[in-house]
Amino acid sequence: MESWRAQPAVFWAFVLPGALWLLCFFIAPLALIWLLAFGERAGPVEIDITWTLANYAGVFDPVYIGLFGRSLWVATVATVLALVIGLPVALAISFAPARLKPLILLLIILPFWTNILIRTYAMIAVLRTKGFVNFGLEYIWQLGTVVLAPFGLDQAVMGERFVPLELLYNNTAVIFGIVYVYLPFMVLPLYATLDRLDRSLLEASLDLGAGQIRTFFSIIVPLARPGIVSGIILVFIPALGTFLISDLLGGTDSLLIGNVIERQFKAANNWPLGAAMSFVLLYVTFAVLALRAWVAGREGGLGKA
Amino acid sequence: MTDTPIVTFENVTKSFGRTKAVDGVSLAIPRNAFFALLGPSGCGKTTLLRMLGGFAHPTSGRVLIDGEDMADVPPNRRPVNMVFQSYAVFPHMTVAENVAYGLKVTGVPKAEIGPRVEEAIAMVRLDGMAARMPDELSGGQRQRVALARALVKRPKLLLLDEPLSALDKKLREEMQLELVRLQTEVGITFIIVTHDQEEALGMASDIAVMKEGRILQIAPPRQLYEHPTHRFVAEFIGASNSFECEVLGIEGGMARVRAPLLGELSVERASADVRAGTLIVRPEKMRMDFSSPDPDPGEVLVEARIDQISYFGDLSVVYLTAADGRRLQCSRYNTNRIDKGDPPPGTPCTIGIHPEDLLLVGD
Amino acid sequence: MARREPIGPLDYTRRLWLRLWLLAVAVFLYAPIVILVVFSFNDSKRNIVWQGFTTDYYVKAAANASLIEAFTNSLVIALVSTVISTIVGALMALALWRFRFPGKPGLDGAVALPIVIPEICMGVALLVFFNRVGVSAAFGWPFSLLPIIIGHVAFSFPFVCVVVRARMAGFDRSLEEASKDLGASEWQTFWNVTVPFMKPGLIAGGLLAMTLSLDDFVITFFTAGPGTLTFPVQVYSMVRFGATPEVNAASTILIVVTVILTVIALRLQRPDKEAAKLA
Repeated sequence: MESWRAQPAVFWAFVLPGALWLLCFFIAPLALIWLLAFGERAGPVEIDITWTLANYAGVFDPVYIGLFGRSLWVATVATVLALVIGLPVALAISFAPARLKPLILLLIILPFWTNILIRTYAMIAVLRTKGFVNFGLEYIWQLGTVVLAPFGLDQAVMGERFVPLELLYNNTAVIFGIVYVYLPFMVLPLYATLDRLDRSLLEASLDLGAGQIRTFFSIIVPLARPGIVSGIILVFIPALGTFLISDLLGGTDSLLIGNVIERQFKAANNWPLGAAMSFVLLYVTFAVLALRAWVAGREGGLGKA
Repeated sequence: MTDTPIVTFENVTKSFGRTKAVDGVSLAIPRNAFFALLGPSGCGKTTLLRMLGGFAHPTSGRVLIDGEDMADVPPNRRPVNMVFQSYAVFPHMTVAENVAYGLKVTGVPKAEIGPRVEEAIAMVRLDGMAARMPDELSGGQRQRVALARALVKRPKLLLLDEPLSALDKKLREEMQLELVRLQTEVGITFIIVTHDQEEALGMASDIAVMKEGRILQIAPPRQLYEHPTHRFVAEFIGASNSFECEVLGIEGGMARVRAPLLGELSVERASADVRAGTLIVRPEKMRMDFSSPDPDPGEVLVEARIDQISYFGDLSVVYLTAADGRRLQCSRYNTNRIDKGDPPPGTPCTIGIHPEDLLLVGD
Repeated sequence: MARREPIGPLDYTRRLWLRLWLLAVAVFLYAPIVILVVFSFNDSKRNIVWQGFTTDYYVKAAANASLIEAFTNSLVIALVSTVISTIVGALMALALWRFRFPGKPGLDGAVALPIVIPEICMGVALLVFFNRVGVSAAFGWPFSLLPIIIGHVAFSFPFVCVVVRARMAGFDRSLEEASKDLGASEWQTFWNVTVPFMKPGLIAGGLLAMTLSLDDFVITFFTAGPGTLTFPVQVYSMVRFGATPEVNAASTILIVVTVILTVIALRLQRPDKEAAKLA
């Protein structure tokens, strides 16, 4: 690495396009809504920056606090589910024969190449009352009835007729959708760390008398921690801010904070309140990231102590 | 019971697709041996070791440890422990936690773990380092952790996979002595895999030399060097000069042979199986004379020309070309401190070889 | 003789439960998409029960002028923003990899920011920004796409930067020194030594940028002006009216186009690998 002074022209040529883009089209817009959060509506489009805190106070309205709470809860459950589903998948890929690895990885990434809207839309056909999950369940129900009929148990056990589950337009559907859309975000970082894991560490653990399960929890999980943390962050943050998934799959009682922000900027046209909410969401995100940095720092410190 | 071998391989073969990593190996390792599996990389020695650890399964044949068939015994239930080539010291545990791990997971009572860990750490001379993390240790210290971690389990068998390959030369020599000391101290059978002949000769009580999945010879170090049964063994362990020859007749342990440059003579056969093959002689067992031929009685003389002399301190190796274009090498101890000057390349000289230093080995 | 090799202690992929798990996840990931594609051929308006095969909805989609326009726009956006993101991201990666300069940790953090913050925050910020600055609508197509392209570049070039930088971390600086030692100029060295090494990173980064652009809904949704049709926004409004086979047909076309583009991109990458094997 050399000082930028060694070749200032080259340095500026490298740094300026990205830095300017970031400044003009990222930092400046964020700064603008940061300002708006302290503004008041002065007309249909005009907003005066009066440094009022009313918008932030508005965010702490119990309704919105409840929404934040629900968003956090939905994102947490979805993240945990993605982790539980994704960890064995990542393990399987990293221990697959070398020639199969790219293929399975591709299989995991492939759905990414489909627009998020289309993937979310595809979930509707699967989850609705006349959707495929319910068709499947109904089929199992019929099978059960036929099997149990000779014993006269069919009505007792299976009920009089099949009642389709309400799978769509509720929080469960939203969680399901988040896991579906963001699962690759969990699998990829997990795979990246597991793949770099020294196999002989696992062999050493088995060799010293630990069983497979013990080895998984004492060796694999602690050593895959960086990947697990990245996966959690990569799923949790988008899940926290989602509005498309909850908009299409959620019901009236599963509005998330993203939906409310969108509404302030589109239908409700209350930009200052929306801006304040966006920044609260940003602060929550930063808190999560700071927590991660703190945990990482503490562990690093322990290692050095 | 104690004279039965601790490890037995019965006609073991391991195939990976069409290649055979291990090809029909039968081997018995005696109790309390310091046994070395020696061979070039890819000869199947590591696969044999991993079969003992339970990380590889024979395609056919049986592996027995202490008389017990290991086919269905997973690694965590075997009475063996391994020191991995990369040491595989758990990076997220302290030295003491690493050493205690194997006891903890097998349910050794807590009260017993502490003293045993302490003892093991002292045994590998890591006292005072118990609370360190692996990334604060040197390579040699990490290896000691791996050793302590394996020995604390009191296995019937300690497996060492190229344990010294990652250490520098000085440390390697120190560790060799240390391993031999530990082996005598704990009285466990050690099986070491190595591609370094000096390592094997310096430590092992018995050595098996492997090539392409087969065992060529099993013998104690001295016998391996002085009585190799195969040309490959002779050339892999130490240096040797070879002369292809024609066998004219067999007389007990001796053979009547005719070889270029050497003429017709009687030589010892490396083993009863050797009925044809190559004559070998070790470089230090050839006498070299720069001036006039002054033969010992019974010596065979070979005319040659000096190509190059390499000086290694304690000895010098002289590379020669014989009259028929054959390359030979001959080593001389530098017993005098005063430099008498080496003859320049091209100098003719005479080599004297005693027929008793020649050995007929199989190809 | 054909005895199956016993499952080794670390042969996790050969364990039955893990295979079933993989299978279940594959079904989970693919079943919805497969169903979507299959039902684009369903001869039913309500599109719930299979009524029979038809390609009517593809004909309809092809005749739908606004859908076609939206489609073209989305592809133009993806291609343009991919090119810009790759260049800007790669340059930034080189700057961060090669130079020491004051404020580097700050820039480092700022570049990572668009990756980590929730998309919706960035979306509404860009919405407000373009509303205030008012770039373009006056100039008409293709300038109406400018806000969307700018937004896409803003969130995808940091990804390119991360990928290229990771690639450069494995670069041996003595290769550059060797090149200069052999008489190459700074520029020749950059072009003949540094860039070829960087290439797999550039392709991976570019592919990622394109994927992100095609996958994006949120940024497009917020930056698209009222008169600008883009595919996700168009489909969104169709979905809001109800799930019709036409939506399925349009989605299927997008899936096919994306897969084709990616296959082409991967093909382009392949000769490189061959060359690497030879080298």
